[in-house]
Amino acid sequence: MNHILEVRKLSKVFGRNKAVNDASFAVKDGICFGLLGPNGAGKSTTMEIIEDIIAPSSGDILYKGLPRKASFREEIGIQFQRTSLLNFLSVAETLSSFQQLYQNPEDLDLLIERCDLTPILTRRNDQLSGGQLQRLMLALALINRPHLVFLDEPSTGLDPQSRRNLWDIVLQIKAEGKTIIMTTHSMEEAEYLCDEVAIMDAGSIIAWDTPARLIQSHCQGSSILLPEAAFKMNLDDLPFQWKRRDKTIVLETSQIHEGLNTLLQLNIDLTELAVHTPNLEDVFLGLTGKGLRD
Amino acid sequence: MNFKRMWAMFTARNHEFFRDRAAFGWNFAFPFLIIVGFGLIFGAKEHNQFKIGLFPGESRQAGMANTVPAAFQQGRYLQFINFASQVEGEQKLQHHKIDLLLDSRSPDHRYWINDSSPNGYIAEQIFLASLVPASEKLATKQLVRGVQIRYIDWLFPGILGMNMMFSALWGVGYVVVRYRKNGALKRLKATPLTPLEYLSAQMLSRIFLLMFTIVIVWIGSHLIFKFQVHGSYGALALIFFLGGLSLCSMGLVLAARGTSEEFTSGILNFVSWPMMFLSEVWFSLEGSPVWVQTLAKIFPLTHLLTGARKIMNEGASLVDVQRECLILVIITIISLTIAARLFSWNK
Repeated sequence: MNHILEVRKLSKVFGRNKAVNDASFAVKDGICFGLLGPNGAGKSTTMEIIEDIIAPSSGDILYKGLPRKASFREEIGIQFQRTSLLNFLSVAETLSSFQQLYQNPEDLDLLIERCDLTPILTRRNDQLSGGQLQRLMLALALINRPHLVFLDEPSTGLDPQSRRNLWDIVLQIKAEGKTIIMTTHSMEEAEYLCDEVAIMDAGSIIAWDTPARLIQSHCQGSSILLPEAAFKMNLDDLPFQWKRRDKTIVLETSQIHEGLNTLLQLNIDLTELAVHTPNLEDVFLGLTGKGLRD
Repeated sequence: MNFKRMWAMFTARNHEFFRDRAAFGWNFAFPFLIIVGFGLIFGAKEHNQFKIGLFPGESRQAGMANTVPAAFQQGRYLQFINFASQVEGEQKLQHHKIDLLLDSRSPDHRYWINDSSPNGYIAEQIFLASLVPASEKLATKQLVRGVQIRYIDWLFPGILGMNMMFSALWGVGYVVVRYRKNGALKRLKATPLTPLEYLSAQMLSRIFLLMFTIVIVWIGSHLIFKFQVHGSYGALALIFFLGGLSLCSMGLVLAARGTSEEFTSGILNFVSWPMMFLSEVWFSLEGSPVWVQTLAKIFPLTHLLTGARKIMNEGASLVDVQRECLILVIITIISLTIAARLFSWNK
């Protein structure tokens, strides 16, 4: 699969702060690529450099193997994390205005249906709810039939229904062969939507692979969770590595089936049993730590 | 330059402006109120330029009955105000509330002036002249012949121009900074729209609005004051159009990079206030120092008003104001080029 985008040794310095530090990665054509990281990791800055919104301090960005040209803006769609529209325009007028900015725009009726904008077409932009505004912003990002779509924390502030709706749209876009680059704080979202993810911290890419391979390489196996009261035996006699988390005992095993059999043989009460399978959040926390970020 | 993209921004901005009822209404109300206000002060009746205090006096008639010369009482541009006592009158004089204080019952015409008041000096000369009998006067009065131009006729283009200046600088400059600050410009940067297309659309949208405003305000004011235009309306519209373009483009330069509304507000004030005072909106700069007159020429409003007054008051044709038109076009081209070069979409 060809790379639609290559980022080479990208750096961005704001005063004394190095927001992006020698970041390099490549995005294959037709996939959903996630850029993950804690607050202030440099995700949005990296996105905006790639989008040609801000200039890098150093480094190269290649689109389809070449430096970006003026036509780049005709081929990309962007949903920013924070942006604004003309307040006094209606949703329909906003769509129409943006449609006229492109040479090969999407059919508005299709776009309106896809992003579920019909009920709010006559509403003014400043009267939209958070979810409605996000849907409009997504529609604007898709209005030029972009080949490469950037979504910067698209589900922030959305209720579960709206988030699911957004995910469906993203999967539809991907099914059409478009490439998506997104940032998100939701590991569930990244795992559900992204074919590849890169994890950033302090401006650098610290991991980059498919979610499954990242989990495999950074997590040891599944865990069985049971309340401490379920054990009528000395915990040191257990044939597992274990640790205590409050009043819960966490048993670590690479083979869940064998582990459960062992527990049954030991006559352990499994009524309140829970199994934790490692996920992207474990990878993320393992790599970036659990300390709070601003 | 892609005209389709520019048109999209032009119509979007127009929609926005026409729906912002408060701003829209104020654009008509402000110049109209100023014109009506000044018309009532200067146009409808004779304006009293100098204020003369009289004491002691229960009423004007009673106060003036004794010793105030008849020629002074009948003098034009004088307003007489009675004070109960000399102390009260002196206080008003000290604070420049009146220009001259007169003891209305004094046989030797005692009067007081404030040495630091230019108006006081002139009022004193008028008073002293009124004491000289008409037969002893050495000068011969001659009247200017021709069409009389009322002060309101002279002032009217100035107020329209001033409104145009404020609307152009603030309506374009301030709005662009606000869009930059709230991220609306950043969203547009993600599209193929170029700075020149965007700025041209902003400028044309504002000039469209300004010309529309001028027509409405003109009609409304004309119904009250019957303004006379000695030149052609077409030439007048053209000079206002070019003046509006140059002022809008100047606003775009001032807003090319700012992100702080407060700072931009300061810059706009720094430019608009000197321009208002030096561009002959309210008074002529005739007789002022040469450097002041030269400085005034850097402002587009000066050339707009010079041209507009020539057409309106002197009956000048387009050929007569071609110099002003050319200067306004040059200012527009230079400013728009600078604005497009300096323009920043995001913070």
